[in-house]
Amino acid sequence: MTPEETPSSDTAPSPSVTALQREHPEWVREVIIAFGETTIVVPRENIADACTFLKTSPETRFDFLADICGADRGVEEEPRFEVNYHLFSTTKYHRVRLKVLLNEEDTHVPTVTGIWKTANWHERETFDLFGVIFDGHPDLRRILLPDDWQGHALRKDFPLRGYEPYSLK
Amino acid sequence: MGLENVIAEALPEVLTTRLDSLINWARKSSLWPATFGLACCAIEMMNATSSRNDLARFGSEVFRASPRQADVMIVSGRVSRKMAPVLRRIYDQMPEPKWVISMGACATSGGVFDNYAIVQGVDKIVPVDVYIPGCPPRPEMLIHAVMMLQDKVMNESVRDRRDIPEEEAREAVVPGTLPITDGSTAQQNTLPESRPYTIASRHERRRST
Repeated sequence: MTPEETPSSDTAPSPSVTALQREHPEWVREVIIAFGETTIVVPRENIADACTFLKTSPETRFDFLADICGADRGVEEEPRFEVNYHLFSTTKYHRVRLKVLLNEEDTHVPTVTGIWKTANWHERETFDLFGVIFDGHPDLRRILLPDDWQGHALRKDFPLRGYEPYSLK
Repeated sequence: MGLENVIAEALPEVLTTRLDSLINWARKSSLWPATFGLACCAIEMMNATSSRNDLARFGSEVFRASPRQADVMIVSGRVSRKMAPVLRRIYDQMPEPKWVISMGACATSGGVFDNYAIVQGVDKIVPVDVYIPGCPPRPEMLIHAVMMLQDKVMNESVRDRRDIPEEEAREAVVPGTLPITDGSTAQQNTLPESRPYTIASRHERRRST
């Protein structure tokens, strides 16, 4: 993944990055600025703390969790999975994306349902389609696929037609 | 559930040809569909009852909100894997005699949706009497299918169909439905070690060559 070169005005660090780097530099593993969007790669064990900080800090005030989505980079990739948190501030009117990278063997992430309640269904969806397990989630079960489904449909190694032809007969 | 069953049971040797023609005429003249729209084909199905196409000319305009009052199920659109048990339950709730029209390419064969989420043909779930091609079929094609179904009804006999006994229907568990599980689903959903693919999709075949 090679993000294109962006104009210099976009590469200026956003207030959320500077605040996070000043207070907790160990939570910022990498900062990616591309297409005018800021992405902060956060270690897995710090994601809940980083979200709490970004929500409560007066500089950032990310009071709105716009989306949580998973991504499968491919079976051969290492780390294979990523979980992206899209934050938005309704008062400051700015955005940031947090990214957690996961290995295939250990797809556990701490939940952020205690910070934003809307994370409940987003995390269920990510669990349903990618198999990412959110530790501490109050009700982690499938939300889109049927309850008796086998596997996780948006993984790259999931066969397009499913594992077996479906029939009630 | 009616006079014809009582007669067929009480007088099994009696020829019921004239009775058949009377009952079949009554049945074909009031084929009431269940209100059950699945996808874009449902727009054409609604249009078939509009004043321009007027399915009422053939006695089939009364879409019943309850499957208990319906005779025909028009499967109008793609049946998703999650909708399949629901569709089967609605079919089971319809009293005999009942018929099914598979409307459109998706309900008939899965159509363009050759993937894990869509049932590849509703005849894997319920028996189908008339298939309609098209994407979506025009309302005239649906009316034609209803008229073909009427021809089929006229060739039936009251002895052909039996009601499901009430207690058996109540005990029946629709396959594919599960009770809502608790939060420990994460442990239950661990994938088995290796499950063979049955049919390689077009996508996978292209990648392997």
